Amino acid sequence: MWGYVLRRVSYMLLTIWALSFVVFVIIQLPPGDYLSTYISSQQAQGNTFDDAAIAALRRQYGLDGTFFDQYWKWITNFLQGDMGRSFEWNQPVTVLLAERLPLTMILSISTLIFVYIVAIPIGIYSALNQYSLGDYVFSTIGFIGLAIPNFMLALILMYVLFKYFGLSAGGLFSDQYATAPWSLGKVLDLFQHLWVPVIVIGMAGTAGLIRVMRGSLLDELGKQYVVTARAKGVRERRLIFKYPVRIAINPIVSTIGWQLPRIVSGETIVAIVLSLPTTGPLLYRALLSQDMYLAGSIVLTLGVLTLVGTFISDILLVMVDPRISFEKKA
Amino acid sequence: MDAATGDLPVQSHERELTSEERYYLASQWQLMWRKFRKHRLAVVAALFLTMLYVVAASYEFWQIHSTNAQYNDYLNAPPSTIHLFDADGNFRGPFVYGVENELNLETFTREYAEDTSKIYPLRFFVRGDSYKFWGLIEGDLHFLGVEGDGKLFPLGTDSLGRDLFSRILAGSRISLSIGLVGVFLSFALGCILGGISGYFGGPVDLVIQRIIEFLISLPTIPLWLALSAAVPARWPPVQVYFAITVILSIFGWAGLARVVRGKLLELREYDYVTASTLAGATHAHIIFSHLLPGFMSYLIVHLTLAIPSMILAETSLSFLGLGIRPPAVSWGTLMQDAQNVRSIAVQPWMLTPGLFVIAAVLMFNFVGDGLRDAADPYR
Amino acid sequence: MNSDAVLLEIKDLRTYFHLDEGVLKAVDGVSFNIYPNRVLGIVGESGCGKSITARSILRIVPAPGKVNGEILFHQNGSTVDLVTLSPHGPQIRGIRGREIAMIFQEPMSAFSPVHTIGNQIMEAVLVHERVDKAEARRRAIELLTHVGIPMPERRVDAYPHEMSGGMLQRAMIAMALALRPQVLIADEPTTALDVTIQAQILRLMKKLKSEIGMSIIFITHDLGVIANMADDVAVMYLGRVVEFGSVRQIFRNPQHPYTRALMKSIPKIGEERGAKLASIQGTVPVPLDPPRRCGFADRCPEFIAGRCDVDVPPLIETEPGHQVRCVLYEN
Repeated sequence: MWGYVLRRVSYMLLTIWALSFVVFVIIQLPPGDYLSTYISSQQAQGNTFDDAAIAALRRQYGLDGTFFDQYWKWITNFLQGDMGRSFEWNQPVTVLLAERLPLTMILSISTLIFVYIVAIPIGIYSALNQYSLGDYVFSTIGFIGLAIPNFMLALILMYVLFKYFGLSAGGLFSDQYATAPWSLGKVLDLFQHLWVPVIVIGMAGTAGLIRVMRGSLLDELGKQYVVTARAKGVRERRLIFKYPVRIAINPIVSTIGWQLPRIVSGETIVAIVLSLPTTGPLLYRALLSQDMYLAGSIVLTLGVLTLVGTFISDILLVMVDPRISFEKKA
Repeated sequence: MDAATGDLPVQSHERELTSEERYYLASQWQLMWRKFRKHRLAVVAALFLTMLYVVAASYEFWQIHSTNAQYNDYLNAPPSTIHLFDADGNFRGPFVYGVENELNLETFTREYAEDTSKIYPLRFFVRGDSYKFWGLIEGDLHFLGVEGDGKLFPLGTDSLGRDLFSRILAGSRISLSIGLVGVFLSFALGCILGGISGYFGGPVDLVIQRIIEFLISLPTIPLWLALSAAVPARWPPVQVYFAITVILSIFGWAGLARVVRGKLLELREYDYVTASTLAGATHAHIIFSHLLPGFMSYLIVHLTLAIPSMILAETSLSFLGLGIRPPAVSWGTLMQDAQNVRSIAVQPWMLTPGLFVIAAVLMFNFVGDGLRDAADPYR
Repeated sequence: MNSDAVLLEIKDLRTYFHLDEGVLKAVDGVSFNIYPNRVLGIVGESGCGKSITARSILRIVPAPGKVNGEILFHQNGSTVDLVTLSPHGPQIRGIRGREIAMIFQEPMSAFSPVHTIGNQIMEAVLVHERVDKAEARRRAIELLTHVGIPMPERRVDAYPHEMSGGMLQRAMIAMALALRPQVLIADEPTTALDVTIQAQILRLMKKLKSEIGMSIIFITHDLGVIANMADDVAVMYLGRVVEFGSVRQIFRNPQHPYTRALMKSIPKIGEERGAKLASIQGTVPVPLDPPRRCGFADRCPEFIAGRCDVDVPPLIETEPGHQVRCVLYEN
């Protein structure tokens, strides 16, 4: 058990390091660097710099060194919680993230729970009632759910709510709570707004998971051990839930961590369309204004959170059922 | 098959319920084709996709107006109605009325009304806007057009008075091909790396496995967004197109590589591979003549199912203005005009490019499902 | 063996699968009786319908199979026709496992991989009897001891992947015999096992049969096993019984061309070395919309045009208790 945890932790750290490197390459990709962007933004505000000042700044930001020196400077600062400043917002990146990251996490975790709570029962129902009306209805919804780009689903849902219910689906809070400090009312208000983005983000994942659950349960239903149980005289419903359902669910639950990257991906786009106060729109604006340091920090943070989330779900599963890690390896 | 087969000195086939004798003589591909044909939805979807790709390849001919033609009298015009009977109830063949517009000074939107005194019949194979087919061959023949001064906008126009239908056709070339090219790139990467990993195993496998796991564990959209944003703004459209394709493939190959590797690991254990190794066959020979045919069908299924996710990714990136950029046209860029509720409420037809995306992706999924069932030897 | 003592009467059993391609007649008019304490061997090639016959009795035929005919189960003076029962109803469930139990070909896949052996044996007890878990567990351990599994207290908590095929088959026998059924259906119970293990399992089954006093329907394609185990033999081909008789009659005096061909295909001690074993030409056809004719006609060395291919031959009694479905014995 501890050996497993140790191995997973070291893989995770290695992955995070690799990710940080990739992100830094992306930051460096656009022509010009952090400092020239900074200087031009300052010059736009009427400040001037002489060559000596620029050279001092270059040293200060580590920009006079090689690519690896710069990477080292950036990553050590990042680890110490200094993610630089956003030019556009004129605030430290950490402050911006601290406001929005918790909401991103709440949204992602709610979606994850939604996907599983909805997909597993529907998948079981569809497999047990193969080719029934319900099965066809869910299959159709599933196919469309997989085919519709989630930004479009967001737009359509927003349009329907606006046109027929007079509701605004954007944002996560009502106006009176948007800037208010946290309170019970604000939490309740959040939950009232949460369902629209949760459905939109979770749609594709739910559709996919229903199909996986249905398919693997159908496979299991034909297995010999089901016939064995039937030949013993076990009641049909009981034997189906005890054997094939249990076995079909196992790999689906044990790969719960694989859903997280998709959800975080979807969250980014949907949050932009619905203008939610999460990290998505922040990343989008940073990218449009080529504020690469802010963008890089967000991408790295999202990646790290995803990796940590996957790690936690894996460890929790192993603690709950040691056989799962065995099955995953097998 | 089970262990019973072969115990009797009599040839036997254990597949009790499903085998048909003539099947034994058919090749794997014939079998697949037969089973695929039975999947009616998949066959219809395959025909539909073929049509889409034919149109995408030759869209200049099918367009009614040229991609960037602007009609200032028709800004944000709703889809034209095609009539068969005139106001007096006489049959006139398909035609459109002339359209007048007026600015509503209260809502500041244009309101369009049909002028039933002006009738413009539709004509097939007409000379219209001239174009350069694939940038090479000049032409002006169009499949459909209107006589005289009439204007046909089957799906309405955008804020610059451009025909949405013609633009969707133009966009299909980029949106549909990016899926194919992207999947081809991912496929090449996935096959090479996954193949090496699965066939050789050992430390090579371990390293490639780690890379695959790394790529799969990341949220791709933020990375795609960041990479696309880094594509220099001054690049010409063709270069941007390839850059976006490469960006999509960089993170897309990992899934395919994992599939290839898993299947190879399974096939590698089969006796016929061992037999071939014992007979002194080279690695390349074994991979190409024994292993690849063994899972070609399996791969095709996965490729078919990978194309739609590429199409969706391109659409999303372009929609956000970080993928294909105007003046290049893709289904995603066309939807940039529909980014907020108000514009959708006033001009719902601006969502139609999205319907094309959904249709294409749905059809790919149907075909993929049909192929999967057909390729599965145990059905 | 008088007909009063008959336990299970199968009359004109027909199990058809209505598929898109046509009607697959897996079992097409099979009749036989099961008597207390006797072993009926059903022999035939793969795909001849012997497994479907067995499953039809317990009404566990896979969808879309439909069972017709009569399966009369005589018990304490009353008779139930199993064909008339709902396949998911409480009546047939009360018979499955308690009165008629079944063991299967591949013990590895016949147990659920994520439940312990003990859990699955206990379930057989708990489904039919009102006992608590501790008692069921005690019974499971006792059963495991009985079928010769060493360290049963430990093995009761083992998962299937932790045990060998032979051990699992023993455990499966223990599970089937948990409630001392009157009939045990054994569907190729030794096919997936090594030869030495096969012999052990057969010996165990014989021993338990005499201890419990039950009848066995033993399904196999292995004539050696039939000779070893069975009292009576039914030879099946393409969904029909083509020859029926005592084990002596079948082996001493095989009459149907198919049975004779089967007999020739087993090696015998004392035969000339290097002599080629005979094999039957062709393959078993699939009974999809089969024409009304002898199913073996295509492969039969004694095929008579105009007689074998015009109708299904009737079962003809050639000596007491010995029946053959072949036109050669008509008149």
